[in-house]
Order: sequence, then C-alpha cells, then structure tokens
Amino acid sequence: MPFIPHTDEETREMLDAIGVDSMDDLFEEIPANLRCGDLSALGPGLWEQEVSQLMQEKARADGQPLCFIGAGAYDHHIPAAVWQLATRGEYYTAYTPYQAEASQGTLQLLYEYQSMMTELMAMDVSNASLYDGASALAEAVLMAVRANRKSKSRRILVPRGLHPHYRATVHTLVKNQGIELVEAPYDEKTGQTDLDALKRHQGGDFAALVIPQPNFFGVLEPVDEMTAFAQANGMLAIALVNPLAMAVLQPPGEWGEKGVDIACGDGQPLGAPLSSGGPYFGFMCCTQKLVRQMPGRIIGRTVDLEGREGFALTLQAREQHIRRSKATSNICTNQGLMVTAATLHMSLLGAEGLARVAARCHENLGMLVEKLTSLGEIEPAFSAPVFHETVLRLPLEAKRVLRTLAAHNVLGGYDLSRHYPELGNALLVCTTENRSESDMNKYRQKLEQVLASRRQGACATMAKLD
Amino acid sequence: MLIFEHSRPGRRARAQAPAGEAALADIPESFRRKKRPRLPEVSEMQAVRHYTRLSQKNFSIDTQFYPLGSCTMKYNPRACNSLAMLPGLLGRHPLAPDTHSQGFMSAMYELQEILKEVTGMSAVSLAPMAGAQGEFAGIAMIRAYHDARGDTERKEILVPDAAHGTNPATAVMCGYQAREIPTKADGDVDMEALKAALGPQTAGIMLTNPSTLGVFERRIEEIARLVHEAGGLLYYDGANLNAILGRVRPGDMGFDVIHMNLHKTFSTPHGGGGPGAGPVGVSQRLQPFLPIPMVASDGSDYHWLQEEEMPQSIGRLSAFAGNAGVLLRAYVYAKMLGGEGMQRVADYSTLNANYMLKKLMEAGFTAAYPERRATHEFIITLKKEAKELGVNAMDFAKRLLDHGMHAPTTYFPLLVPECFLIEPTETEAKESLDAFIQAMIAIREEAARDPERVKGAPWSLPVRRLDDVKAARELDLRWQPGETST
Repeated sequence: MPFIPHTDEETREMLDAIGVDSMDDLFEEIPANLRCGDLSALGPGLWEQEVSQLMQEKARADGQPLCFIGAGAYDHHIPAAVWQLATRGEYYTAYTPYQAEASQGTLQLLYEYQSMMTELMAMDVSNASLYDGASALAEAVLMAVRANRKSKSRRILVPRGLHPHYRATVHTLVKNQGIELVEAPYDEKTGQTDLDALKRHQGGDFAALVIPQPNFFGVLEPVDEMTAFAQANGMLAIALVNPLAMAVLQPPGEWGEKGVDIACGDGQPLGAPLSSGGPYFGFMCCTQKLVRQMPGRIIGRTVDLEGREGFALTLQAREQHIRRSKATSNICTNQGLMVTAATLHMSLLGAEGLARVAARCHENLGMLVEKLTSLGEIEPAFSAPVFHETVLRLPLEAKRVLRTLAAHNVLGGYDLSRHYPELGNALLVCTTENRSESDMNKYRQKLEQVLASRRQGACATMAKLD
Repeated sequence: MLIFEHSRPGRRARAQAPAGEAALADIPESFRRKKRPRLPEVSEMQAVRHYTRLSQKNFSIDTQFYPLGSCTMKYNPRACNSLAMLPGLLGRHPLAPDTHSQGFMSAMYELQEILKEVTGMSAVSLAPMAGAQGEFAGIAMIRAYHDARGDTERKEILVPDAAHGTNPATAVMCGYQAREIPTKADGDVDMEALKAALGPQTAGIMLTNPSTLGVFERRIEEIARLVHEAGGLLYYDGANLNAILGRVRPGDMGFDVIHMNLHKTFSTPHGGGGPGAGPVGVSQRLQPFLPIPMVASDGSDYHWLQEEEMPQSIGRLSAFAGNAGVLLRAYVYAKMLGGEGMQRVADYSTLNANYMLKKLMEAGFTAAYPERRATHEFIITLKKEAKELGVNAMDFAKRLLDHGMHAPTTYFPLLVPECFLIEPTETEAKESLDAFIQAMIAIREEAARDPERVKGAPWSLPVRRLDDVKAARELDLRWQPGETST
C-alpha cells in the first residue's frame, strides 16, 4: 500500500486490540447516510515510475523558453548548495518550532535570517516571513492602520506605479475591514510617482503611504522625498522593495530623515526558483517601536537553564494561537522552507555577491535596451533611472509582438495594456544575470523579423489601397 | 555559533560571474547604497557545514516520530519533491503565456478536479497560500454572498470554543465578530447554546469535523439545518480532512465552503513552518465568489480565469497563482495514491489513533473523551499525573524528546486541562506507536521515582529548557556586528 507500512497481520492485530471487527467499525459515529466510501472516479494509483513519466511530459510541454519577463518574479541563478541543503529532511519535514529544544536548527537559522534581513533593509527588526510580497504588503497596511497613533484614518495612499497584482491583493485582504486604497498617479514622463500630485494630498488624513523601490515599471522612485512627505503628514511610510536591489540601492531604513516605519516585499530573488509564482516568501521589517504590532513569527535569542545560548519563538502574545480574535493577523503557517533557502543564498553570496548579481542584471538590461532600440521605432517610455527592468514603447500592439515572439520560444516581456491602457503599446522587459548576450541577440533578431513583416504587411495594404 | 562568526572580510563563495566596472553607472549616486550590509563572508564549504550541522539540531518526520496533533505530520514522499522540481516546471515564469503553460495548467486543472471529488464540493480554487488564507477566502466568500444579496446585517461568525485560533482571528480579518459556542462534556457542540446564538445577525459558522477534540461531530446534519434556517452558511475547516478522506465528504455533510491544508492531508512538506497551500472548495451558490486565478478547460486547452471572467470573485490572494510548487507536490501525491489509496488514508490514520488510545488507556492514562471513538487523533489529559506526581503535560512532552520522539500538541485545545493532542498519521508503523506508549509508561514511572528528572527534561538535546520570559522581556531579535556569542 502506498506509504502505509501495515501488514495484514498487524492490521488484524490492531483491530483486535481496539476490539472491533473491521475498519468500518472505526467510523461508526459518522451517520450512515453520510458515508461515501467510493473514490473510484479518481482512478487507480500510479507507481512512482509512471507518475515520473507523466510529470516529465507535462514539464516538456511547457518548454524552456527564453524569458525576458520580470514583473515581480525573476530568473536568478541559485547556487547548487541552496536547495540541496534546504531539502534535507531535517529542514524539509520539520514543522513550526513549537518545541524549541528539538528545533534549534530551524530557530537559529531563522534568527540568522532576521539578522540578515535587518542588515539588508537597514531596519531594526524582522519577522520570520509571511506568505508572499503582495500579502506581506497587505499585512503592512493592516499593521500601519493599527499602529498609527497620529491618525485614526483607514485610508492608504498607494502609487499607481505599484504592481497591479499587489494592489489587487491588498484590496482583497483589507477591504472587509473598511480600509480604502487611494491611488497616487505617476508622472507620465519620468514613470515616478508624481510628487506634485502627492502633495495635493497634504493635510488629507491617511494612515500610510506605500513606497515601491523600484516600482512596477522598474523605475526608481524619489524615496527620500516620499518618505519625508509621508512622515511630515502623519502617515507611516511603508517601503515595498526588491531585496536584491537593496544590495546596491539605498535601503529603506535610510530613506528620508529617519527611515521608513515598515519595509516589506517578496523574497523570491533571494533563492526561490520561478516555479510558476510560488512558493516565494514575504518579508517584513519594522522599527523597534512597532515590533509588538508586527504579524508573523518572531525568533528571539535567550538562554537555557544552564545559561547556554538558545533560540525560541517570542512575542507570541501577538499571535492567533494565544490571542485568538485579538491577534495581529490570522497567519499561522508561513514560508519557512523558502526562508531556509534565502538564508543559505545570502550566506553563500554575501553582500558582495548580491551586489555583483544586481549589477550584472542591470548591466544586461542596458545591453538589451540598446540592442532593441537600435532597431528604430522602439524607445524607453520613461526618463527616470531604472533597475534591471524597464518599459519600452513599441510601434504596434505588445500583445501581437509577444505572440509572434513566443512562437519562436522567446517570452519578450509583459504586456502593460491591460493594467495601463494609457501607456499605449507598452512592454515591460527585464533581464537577469542569466540572460546572455546571445540570448539578447536572438530576441533582437526575432523582434526585427516581427517589425519587418509588419512593414511589409503595411506596404502591401497600402499598395492595395493605391 | 552563528554564521556571522565564521565571517572574515574578503572570504566568499563564488557561483555568479562578475559585472563590468561601470554596470551601475546610469543610476545616480543619490539612489545608491553607501554602506554594504554586513552579511556573512564565508566559503561555500563553511556555509554548507554550518547549515548541515544546524539541520542536525532539528527533529523532523524524516528522523523522528512526530505525532503533533492537528498537524498531520505524515511521511512526505520524495518523488513529490523531485518531480515538482523538474527544470521545465521549476523554471516556468508565472506570467508565461498559455502556449508555454499547458503542462503546468493541466496539472492544476486536474488537481482542482481531484479536490472537488474528494470533498464533494462543486468548484475549487487553488489560490490560497496556507490554511489560514483558505479560511480568510472562505469567510470572505460568505461575506460576499450575503452582501451580493443585500443581506448586510449579518455581523457574527460562530466558532466553537475548541476551534483553532486562526478561526476567530480570520472572522475578525473579514470584518466580523467571532462568537464562541461552548462544547458539551461528550465533545459535541452544545446544541442549545447554538440555537440560542443563531439569529438574523448570524453570517455563518466555522466548524472543524472531526473537531480539534479528536471526535466526529455526530449532529452535523442538524447543525447544518439550523444554521441554514437562520440564513447563515457553514464553513468547514479542513485541518482534519485526513480523518475522513474517502469515508465522508464535507459537501455531503452540508458545508457551503471548505478549505484544505495540502501540507497536512496531501502530504506536502511542512518545511519548518511552511509553505503550505490552502485551496478552497464551494457549493454551487458560492462559486461566483471564488478567489482568482483559477484554471479552466475547454476540453483540450487550458486557460486562466481572471477578473474579467469572474467579476464577483473576492479577488486575488497573492501576486501570482498561490504556492504553485506546493500544489504540484500535492498533485503528484494524489496521482500516486489514486482513489483507493486515498481511502486507506482515513482508514489507517484512524486505526493508528484508536490503537494508541486503547493501549494508553489500558496503561492507565486518561482519555479526555473515553466514551467516544477516536478519529485520526485523540486527546489524553494528564490532570491526574499532574496532581499525583507533580509532573505536568509540558514535562511529559519535554521528556518524550529525550526518548527520541517529537511531543504531541500540548495545551491545545484550551478546554481540556493538561492535554496531549496525539495524531500518529497512517504512515507510522505499529512499532513506532508501541514505542511511544512504552515511553509514556516509562516517563510516568520515572516521575514517581525521580520527578526532578522529568521536570528538568530534556537532557539529551542541544539545549535544555529555554528562558521564554527573558526572550520576551530582553528582546534579542538579531545579531549585532562586533559581538561574539557565549
């Protein structure tokens, strides 16, 4: 029987010990009319060998296209040691470290993770993870509403340049508590949040301002000005950042006069494979002052009965298993294994390695943009500096271009027309350190063909009209 | 020793190629970081050795019996992991076009169908990333349903007092008040109290069945009828689905919405605290409100359902499509079990639990609900031992660690004093169960002879009991540069 060790003799012996005749007797308390007992529609079980073939077919069906899509999920190189260690049974098959003495491995690792994240973000404290970047931002919004002592407002200022899926997720997760998201527009020339438009909200009552760095367009935001604006107007400043970018960009703990109040984001660039969007992990850091308002597990260092160093879950009075309906969040299980990978990833790369990857990704973007814009008719949509991702304007519908490129196994970027129709034929493109120059040449060549066929098509049409 | 203490300036592992000197030249200084973060500077071997050694300080399913009640710590088949990590699946971008996603989407579609079948629900969304997010989605759908009917005066969600803490916390996140319903001495919901609590203010009830008390709620049909008559909906917390897989389906019990913990019932790894996956299933009337994205099929091709196709959806719960890699593992597990294998899950997990309960009772331990049949888990109360021997449930738990077994869930549910919630799961062999029973007997004998030995446990682990008060009062949540540890 799959994964069940009982022999027939043992089963009989155990039923006898219990004092019942059959398995059916064990379910006697379930009303007879409710019992089903037939899952034959699911078909027979497959041998491991068979299911391996099935999964390999599925994996093959998706191909391994050349990917220039970023938009919140990035194809970085992960050192081999990361997942070889993370999938050790002792990490992979343990659970939440409730029994601290039997979980010192996970607990110390999480403490080290918290230490690394606070360093990377230049913040006071970190929790041990949330689900993903989008839901972490929702938790940050809820936290800001709880924690803002200057304002009782339930309105949050959110840039239109923030990832549309993040905006949608936050809306889902906070709307039932009467929290409203108010959109702050971006400057059509620079792609940054429009500071003048933001200033029109001066004196308005908001609990927090969300500050993405970089924003969804890859554009770098004027984070100092935005942080200062928020804090001067009684709002908490919530940073939503790409953690890899923080290896080379000013970290949220140093924005404005005194740094942001809460920093969060998606940890995917730190060791999580693309894997169709998950599992990744959400991270969250905050100032010391706000630590008791933070959701999620937090690990503390302490001592044991003999004075030896040890690690334990702490500040549990914030959490649902103690505080029930008054908890800071309903979160229980988080993304421990992904954090294990991230801790390994950061240890193996170090600050120098992360900065090196960030620089390489960004350098590649410059190369790609140069190659694509040299085709003519294609130009960057915004003037502000970007980080390893940018918006290009095309002479024809992005959807059409992408479809043709995909037929050649090139995923040319993310079509912005659905979420940002005002940008026209705009395409969000991204490079990581994994895209080589020959990859970019292939992209350029295929794109050139698409543009050429359009010109020929256009000429043909014109000829017909003549 | 922390990883930071292995650090030396200039030391590093090398997996990534360097960039050119001027790589960041187009980013103005004002945006740049001035001071590098103080991350560890270690060689690859030092990192590998450090984290291998740390792993050895963990108890896990792969190394110990782990009867943690309500968590379903069953064996996690290795094939599920390696097949979810095939390069084509691991490297798929979440926003890849449908042309490059049919393999992945077919697995997700089939998983939706499998979960519909085993739960008896009309439709399933895989979007929630953990049990608590599944709970959120479920209650948000109940709210969306009432709101869509203009029925906006319903403010309360009923929650039995035995429920997991996420239930009341979830009700509040959805803008409801949680109202507790007491449990009777036999472990079933107090029907009189339920009737008194139901009214026009009732939005719904959250139930776990079997409950966290390790017994099946026998009057579930009557509860469903009463709640529906009051205009409320029934939410099924799937924490204990392992107990009934193939024996009874939540849809047949009258539930309107359920969540499943795939990291429990479908054997995806617990990962030291996640990632989980908490798909939701609904009856017909809640179908329009399911969270997006979902996968649909036109018979040959698969495509995503988004806002446009599901305008009444409660919306997105994550940036992409939930914990896809976890869902793939659950899919592989479901395929390996098939219908018959899934039925055996409930049978053997229940067999194991009842066997342990019987043997512990024979050995003189006290069952919390001795007249009831155990489900896949059960509760014993160590009240008598605490009184007579001065050794409480926590002491037993810590001493079990010395016997090389993870402790059961202790002090939950809150209404049973000095309790152990024990869930052996179907993947444990009889000899593990017997060893646990022998350990319990040995600890009790030791407590009579030498109580301090039990109260001081554990003795054989990397640390003894930790000072939780110090941890909470003198917060030390991060390494500080320049320090060395004790």
